Amino acid sequence: MNRFDYIRPATVSEAVAAASVPGSAYLAAGTNLIDLMKGGVVRPERLVDVSHLPGLDGIEHFPDGGLRIGALVRNADLAHDADFAARFPAVAEALLSGASPQLRNAATVGGNLLQRTRCAYFYDVASACNKRTPGAGCDARGGQTRLQAVLGWSEACIATHPSDFCVPLVALDAIVEIEGRSGRRDVPLESFYRLPGDTPERESVLEAGELILAVRLPGTAAAFAGHARYLKVRDRTSYAFAIVSAAAALQIESGRILQARLALGGVALKPWRTRAAEDSMAGEITGPDTFRRAADIALADAQPSGDNAFKIELARRIVVRALSQAAVGTPKRMPALPASPFAAVSGAITYV
Amino acid sequence: MDFNEAAGTNPIDQTRVVGHAHDRVDGPLKVSGRATYAYEFHNEAPDAAYGYMLGAGIGKGRIEALDTAAAEAAPGVLLVLTHRNAPEQGKKGKGSARAQMASAEVRNFDDPVAFVVAESFEQAREAAHMIRVRYVTEPGRFDLVAERGNAKKPEPKGSTLADTAVGDFEAGFAAAPVQLDVTYTTPDQSHAMIEPHATLAIWHCDRLTVYTSNQMPNWAQHGLASILQMEPTDVRVISRYIGGGFGSKLFVYGDIIITAMAARKLQRPVKMALTRPQIFNHTSHRPATIQRLRIGATPDGAITAIGHEVWCGNQEGGTFETAANQTRLLYAGKHRMTSHRLAVLDLPVGNAMRAPGEAVGLMALECAVDELAERLRMDPIELRVMNDTQFDPETGPERPFSSRKFVECLRTGADRFGWAKRNPKPGQMRDGHWLIGIGVAGAIRENLTMKSAARVTLDPQGQVIVESSMTDIGTGTYTVHAQIAAEMMGVPMERVIVHMGDTDMPEAAGSGGSWGANSSGSGVYAACDKLRRVLAQKAGFNADDVVFAGGKLSQGNRSVTLESLADPQGLSVEAEIDFGDLTKRYAQASFGAHFCEVGVDLATAEVRVRRLMSVAAAGRILNPKTARSQCIGGMTMGIGAALMEQCVVDTRHGYFVNHDLAEYHVPVHADIPDMDVIFLEELDDKSSPLKAKGIGELGICGVGAAVANAVYNACGVRIRDYPLTLDKILPHLPPMV
Ligand SMILES: Cc1cc2nc3c(=O)[nH]c(=O)nc-3n(C[C@H](O)[C@H](O)[C@H](O)COP(=O)(O)OP(=O)(O)OC[C@H]3O[C@@H](n4cnc5c(N)ncnc54)[C@H](O)[C@@H]3O)c2cc1C
Ligand code: SF4
Repeated sequence: MNRFDYIRPATVSEAVAAASVPGSAYLAAGTNLIDLMKGGVVRPERLVDVSHLPGLDGIEHFPDGGLRIGALVRNADLAHDADFAARFPAVAEALLSGASPQLRNAATVGGNLLQRTRCAYFYDVASACNKRTPGAGCDARGGQTRLQAVLGWSEACIATHPSDFCVPLVALDAIVEIEGRSGRRDVPLESFYRLPGDTPERESVLEAGELILAVRLPGTAAAFAGHARYLKVRDRTSYAFAIVSAAAALQIESGRILQARLALGGVALKPWRTRAAEDSMAGEITGPDTFRRAADIALADAQPSGDNAFKIELARRIVVRALSQAAVGTPKRMPALPASPFAAVSGAITYV
Repeated sequence: MDFNEAAGTNPIDQTRVVGHAHDRVDGPLKVSGRATYAYEFHNEAPDAAYGYMLGAGIGKGRIEALDTAAAEAAPGVLLVLTHRNAPEQGKKGKGSARAQMASAEVRNFDDPVAFVVAESFEQAREAAHMIRVRYVTEPGRFDLVAERGNAKKPEPKGSTLADTAVGDFEAGFAAAPVQLDVTYTTPDQSHAMIEPHATLAIWHCDRLTVYTSNQMPNWAQHGLASILQMEPTDVRVISRYIGGGFGSKLFVYGDIIITAMAARKLQRPVKMALTRPQIFNHTSHRPATIQRLRIGATPDGAITAIGHEVWCGNQEGGTFETAANQTRLLYAGKHRMTSHRLAVLDLPVGNAMRAPGEAVGLMALECAVDELAERLRMDPIELRVMNDTQFDPETGPERPFSSRKFVECLRTGADRFGWAKRNPKPGQMRDGHWLIGIGVAGAIRENLTMKSAARVTLDPQGQVIVESSMTDIGTGTYTVHAQIAAEMMGVPMERVIVHMGDTDMPEAAGSGGSWGANSSGSGVYAACDKLRRVLAQKAGFNADDVVFAGGKLSQGNRSVTLESLADPQGLSVEAEIDFGDLTKRYAQASFGAHFCEVGVDLATAEVRVRRLMSVAAAGRILNPKTARSQCIGGMTMGIGAALMEQCVVDTRHGYFVNHDLAEYHVPVHADIPDMDVIFLEELDDKSSPLKAKGIGELGICGVGAAVANAVYNACGVRIRDYPLTLDKILPHLPPMV
């Protein structure tokens, strides 16, 4: 069988030391990594299982309203933490719109950030993929491109980052806490991912052996709690990755926008924050004109990477809808179908 | 028993047990995990070795170099089978079984290249990944649209001809005052059942037993015997429980053949299951179609000319998708033509999937009828009613339908669904940012019958044991057999034990084409009828008016218990039902109508089904509970076909790209609203002694069109290219307000 070392370190520093050996990979819940290993897509020589590391599975609240989420907190636990959901409703909504209940119960915060693209050619070892084998070529170009990127893609790779969670996180200035051999560092999530360029195999700024310890949300981000939505367009109602998604968060005073946050999912190899669009809304009154202008700015640089121009128009529309719904106010209860563009009702139905 | 004349009154008509909703007798086994599926016969082969198939990574070409040295040396590996050491195989046999790894040629993606057997599954899989293959790729024909011009008239598929013609279609169409000429396309689809194709092969000297997941064990037995160059009697196929098939397990694929070859070579039981991606590319799929519909009508709505042309593709020697079939029967019209053209494609093999023919044919025909109704400014139900026919319109009044309640289905559904509230003008109903639409479509599925045998044994405790090679693919056949035997023998259901899925038992119809319950149930009926006669005679009764009830048989005021008549070793009889020419003399089909309400999001073009109701007339409903489940399952698949299901073809490399259940979308629970199924009362005495007809596929037939018609009614956008994903609708919606 595929022989790899399996190491279960007792401390963070042991973990970092173990994973600094080339060919290592961290294992959290494995909902993504194990699948990839079974298909022969990735073949780490050493698995460093961090799922039992102490101290990484808590949510710490700070007096300023910010918080720190341990890398091992389960996606479902985070979404159902009442304090968290009250302060960062769009993040909770994004979490509950991802995958299935079973997967959310297992999946960790760190694993969600670092899940790999769902590009079908990446998954199929018979296909050429620069991300899997640098320099091999990209079978997605000129192939099936319906769901591929429209922003930030390169000739070498047109894939997207599939995470829902990361979209509102990046809009809300989340910080990633990283521990490596040379110590601890903080990186804003916005600059954590790399665009594909000529090196699509390099997906984040993490260096060999670096471990995500936590994700922090600043207290200032909680100021958006009253007007925050995450909306996700899917090919079916649930259990599907986003075609496009949008996180919108506003601070509003007497009908005027003090500050706006906007990020898009499913459009690029990273969660796509769009500051120019945010700035365009500052000081404006809420309403379709403001939101349409913001949407146009957000997508101004978008280019189809194949047969997917529809995603650009769809993204504009979902931006407008997300901003409009955010302006109306965060629903008192989690919508029955979280992040559904069409499920306006808040409900008592369980999440699917 | 020959079934040549309409059935008279018989014990089934008592409907003490038959016709009532019964829970599935195999339900407790399934929910507690005790039903043994093909991969789970651990006691039968505790020493089984594990196989893993390596499929070809190209669509067409040949293997130029194959390096298996590392795999052979890998830990635990017992055998690496490739075309270099695969045993010689016989010719393609029944059930489409074809030789595997017989040469270096690659006929399609995931055609087997190697089969690794090891002590554990993980060892086999890892060793398979160590095999290095170099291919010479040849240009393949992977694109139906591009190959359409090369399509040829195919050989008949069984008794189904490629072409039919009545009157003069071209002239009739040209002369019609109202004409419709539209082309629809449907994509390749995958069965996406839960249980993978899996096989455990065990040899006892020169006899082979395979535990596998196959809808047609006897076809598999013969197909396997032919490939392995054996006598069918030396092959035993066991498929006790099947975790869904939908047609993908009608035939024999690599798992069965290769596992058997490897087990023979190793003289040790071997088992294997296909991986999910291999199911998509190695086994069959429902082939894509291009369908041109031309309908001519008078201004008041009478169809005068109807033509349905179908183009599809398959591998060399493959069959065609009979998508114009229903058009031969559903509506009246003087001038008629249907045709099927088949192109050679090098994609994975295409074959039957739930309601082959009608499922996709109706997605085109029933939308075209909707389009015609709009052109005529007629209600689409009235148009269908006006063109109803009570006889086979290609043959004439001499071939009436055995039973046909199509109009009743439409009328009942219209009434119950609230059809009158529909606004025929699209885009008029709103609910928030939803555009609301309502659509209807008719359903028809040919009623097929197959000869079927069964053995019934009365044991000394008075229990009735029913045995046959029939399969239950999750449809409820175990339960229906128990009901029929209980009804016939006058015992409660708990006194009946049903065994099936074993070719050592009498050959039954198998599960396919909706013939399962009706045909195999008639086999059980025939065997019970025989047992009743034997028992009556033994008891000294005059067979004709004996009453079987309460575990006794009685005549006048004399009665005898069943157990008193059984021999110590039990009393067994076997019989077979053989269907004569009633299907020739009478057109036979199940009918239905679907009513659907959808919402189309004004901004995002997302489509969601809000209500779906089906009315069905399918002869006697043997068990309303399992029948309803079949309909709901079919309706769900119909929603999938309309809105999301599609094998995405990479036309450069020749394979289905989205080959797992995360990327090949079938509806999830949240996509399915409350669904309603209404059965109309009907007895079809020309179909079988049970007076039932096929129900398993009717539920999917026409649903896609009902959804598409509702989408049109909602937003005025007519998409003729399934599935109706939002990217196709979006460009036609108004700019966002
Ligand atoms: C069928 C299916 C549907 C899905 N649908 C969605 C969806 O709709 N939306 C969505 O957002 N997600 C979806 N997912 C993805 C899911 O969210 C991820 O699989 C999950 O979040 C990964 O978490 P994990 O703990 O299992 O990570 P693992 O699989 O254990 O790891 C994933 C990666 O992260 C690395 N890693 C893990 N933890 C750390 C750490 N602390 N530091 C450094 N590296 C680390 C691993 O080395 C690995 O490379 C889906 C998954 C599946 C299988
Ligand atoms: S798009 Fe990126 S991930 Fe997909 S095949 Fe190309 S290089 Fe690989």
